[in-house]
Amino acid sequence: MVCNDMNDKAAVVRRIRFRLNGRQREAQVASHENLVDLLVRLDLFGARESCGQGLCGCCTVLVDDIAVSGCLTLAQLVDGCEVHTVEGLAEKGKLDFVQQAFIDEGAFQCGFCTPGFVMMTHELLKRIPEPSEPEIREYLSGNLCRCAAYPEIIRAVQTAARNRPDPAGVAGEHA
Amino acid sequence: MNIRPELTNHQIGRSVPRLEGPEKVSGRASYVHNLKLPGMLYAKIFRSTVAHGRILSIDVSAARMMEGVEHVFTGEDVKTIVPNPYFGPAFHDQPVLAIDKVHFVGEPVAVVLARDPYVAAEAAQLITAEYEELPAVFDEVEAMHSKAVVHEELKPAGTFPDLKHLAGRKDTNIALDYHLRRGDPVAGFAQAVHVFEHEFRTQQVMHVPLEPMVTLAEPHHNTIIIHTASQSPSFVRIEIARLLGWPENRVQVKVPHLGGGFGAKLYIKLEALAACAALLAGAPVKVMLPMEEQFYTITKHASTFRIKSGVDHEGRLLARHCEVYWNGGAFADIGPRVTQKSGFTAPGPYDIDNVSIDSYALYTNRPPAGALRGFGIPQLVWAYESHTDIIAHELGIDPIEFRRRNILRDDRPQATGTPMTDAAVDAVLEKIAECMQWESGSRRKSDDPTKRFGRGMAIGFKASISPTTSVAVVNVAADGSVVLQLSTVDMGQGSDTAMAQIVAEILEVAAEDVRIVHPDTDVTPYDMATLGSRSTFHMGHAVRLAAEDAKRKLEELAHAMGFTDHAVWQPRDLFRRKYGMQAGNVIGVGTFIPEYRSPDPENGQSDKVTPFWMIGGTGVELEVDVETGHFRILRMINVADLGTPLNPRIVETQLSGASMMQLGFTMFEEMRLDAGQVTNASLADYKIPGIQDVPDAIENEIVAAHQSNGPFGAKGVGETATFGVSPAIANALFDAVGVRLTQLPLTPEAVFMAMRAKEGAASGV
Ligand code: FES
Ligand code: FES
Repeated sequence: MVCNDMNDKAAVVRRIRFRLNGRQREAQVASHENLVDLLVRLDLFGARESCGQGLCGCCTVLVDDIAVSGCLTLAQLVDGCEVHTVEGLAEKGKLDFVQQAFIDEGAFQCGFCTPGFVMMTHELLKRIPEPSEPEIREYLSGNLCRCAAYPEIIRAVQTAARNRPDPAGVAGEHA
Repeated sequence: MNIRPELTNHQIGRSVPRLEGPEKVSGRASYVHNLKLPGMLYAKIFRSTVAHGRILSIDVSAARMMEGVEHVFTGEDVKTIVPNPYFGPAFHDQPVLAIDKVHFVGEPVAVVLARDPYVAAEAAQLITAEYEELPAVFDEVEAMHSKAVVHEELKPAGTFPDLKHLAGRKDTNIALDYHLRRGDPVAGFAQAVHVFEHEFRTQQVMHVPLEPMVTLAEPHHNTIIIHTASQSPSFVRIEIARLLGWPENRVQVKVPHLGGGFGAKLYIKLEALAACAALLAGAPVKVMLPMEEQFYTITKHASTFRIKSGVDHEGRLLARHCEVYWNGGAFADIGPRVTQKSGFTAPGPYDIDNVSIDSYALYTNRPPAGALRGFGIPQLVWAYESHTDIIAHELGIDPIEFRRRNILRDDRPQATGTPMTDAAVDAVLEKIAECMQWESGSRRKSDDPTKRFGRGMAIGFKASISPTTSVAVVNVAADGSVVLQLSTVDMGQGSDTAMAQIVAEILEVAAEDVRIVHPDTDVTPYDMATLGSRSTFHMGHAVRLAAEDAKRKLEELAHAMGFTDHAVWQPRDLFRRKYGMQAGNVIGVGTFIPEYRSPDPENGQSDKVTPFWMIGGTGVELEVDVETGHFRILRMINVADLGTPLNPRIVETQLSGASMMQLGFTMFEEMRLDAGQVTNASLADYKIPGIQDVPDAIENEIVAAHQSNGPFGAKGVGETATFGVSPAIANALFDAVGVRLTQLPLTPEAVFMAMRAKEGAASGV
């Protein structure tokens, strides 16, 4: 443990190692930095801090396959974890089935909230492969969209569920 | 000419998916929020803690000494580079940082710059200021005669000729008083058999774009680049240039995607502070507000509307008087325009011969108010459609039937005298009746005795803000590919896609193949702003003209290159022939400003006050729990006249999104104030609609219509579905449980209290 020479004498800086979208990474992280701060430092902007209070879901990322609010997750806590962000979904630029479903259903306007919804949808479909509308509403109730593309988002989740690649690895319609 | 013949003439009216979709779903779309520059400093604003006060002292010494702090500036520092640092679109009343006085809790007083945003935030906490508190005024009606005066003197900006006469007025909070007179209201009321008079109020709310306001200013040798989440890049350039005393061409304003706008990011907001701080520091400065601080920037006007109507034997409206008070907060922003441009529609879409309107923009010591999705219209429709419903019930006439007797039909003059051309008021009304099966009266009944079903509807209308200018450039490269340069900001409404469709239609290419250059005032030409649902019409025409200009130039080039009239050619053949290789451009330019006649200053009359009318209505079915006052929207139907939509799919999302936003303003959103202090400035305490608030069914209907002077028959969309939502819900609540609420928001508590009060009255308690 060392003092952060940059700014805050009280901050405790640690070196952490974690996997980010499948690649091993290392970073020096101060104790007050959250996961969004860290991702931004690594030039990943898909997780966005909006409310900063764990209430809007714009900063949603998966840590060890669990959706978390990046704004409330201290960056040091992902030491040794597997972190997935929206940028990791489109392999070689090809959109994955959830992203494609959001486009097909026109499930966004400004797009600021979209990465959060996309990540949350991934987690939802992993747990409930064919969610009912109440289940979709329930699961996504922690994500806010001020453009209120909610009806389209509900349809996008349903479309994604239909187009989901076979979990055994057989490609689905859009995978 | 034909690049993709199979697509000819199928670009307009096609539901082209948003062009920027892949960037948005992959998290790679660029927002100013993401932007970092080498050497960039983060700003943190120190804000006023009193609602109205004289500044006695500001102590920034401890902040300055904190390690990592690069600069701390106050209003005095700003004055060294901008001698008169007051800005604003209608009045020059807003200082970059407070000078001498503060006007509301949250007004920027000082700014800290540091490389680390956490350091800037901590240092800002070390600043202290002392104020001599002055009496404050918060209520718009009190502000009319209050002893507390927010600004010593009115300072109209000079941009609007009809505000000039206000210059130098002292000792008043009335920033603008607007009056309209039509017919003989006194005689009209004298003839009336019934006279109804009511007062309705709306609360202060905030836009809450999920990308909070953000600006990054980058100073160079004798220029400045401003990257900003703004809906009006051209205005930012003009206003920053004016403040600095520079020519426009030394200020470059760039706008990538916006994470929502809704009117919050209009005119000039953080740009003045970012520019001044960057110039003073000699480094790029990013001013990035946390969510909480957005509530101190711009809001939607709270309002009080007193409305009085005279009706004859047959249920015909004979006269109407409207008195509207707009709570503009501490700075005028665009409030005076709301007062006037929305004010003249205050009598509603009704054919009334005798009308008087008095509409007042008021300064108070609250956070400033400006444009929010509807430019004042939702506040007005809330009042006049609640009032209309009350009249119908009291006269024992069905509410839709009462409207049928009174609506403005084709080409009839509205209160200003401008005819209602291409305004499908009746079609919207009839469509709502049809969707709700109003006449057949299919009323749902609940098995649960604690639930009551109710239905209600409302219609409203809006004029476009006029006269305003749009300019567009279409640039055809030597391989025939097309770029569109325009300053319209796509903040989610889909303008990039719609404008590409217009170009594509004319140049016979696919919309997907048209590249859009996002606003960059060095490259994209002037546009008044992206506001008031004006872009489809105004910019749509400019883009059409630019594409037609490019097409004409290509045809001339073909002629000059020896192609006969009937020859088949591709643009690239022309360039090759002319320049001997893939070289050159053809540039088409389009400029559009609609016809307009200023209203008579005496009576507000004009036969051309707007180039088009927007018509929207909403029907609601709901269920009230009589034990708690909670209610659930079972079905919400939005009906709109949009002319002929350019992109039906995107337009539908616009309608449902707008209605959902208004649903939040109707049911729960409210900025709570305590002595001018916003006590719920965060998403934890200020609730916006979530997915669970979406009605069980939400339907959007576009009536068959055509805007004959619009581009391809189209007109604006963004605000239309906000109009009817609030009164439709209030009217449905009345239908369900017989209580009339006259103040937004319509919370369960309010419904509960009103039900209990009614029971009390009935039982004589
Ligand atoms: S920014 Fe993290 S939940 Fe809102
Ligand atoms: S698309 Fe704008 S906030 Fe969701």
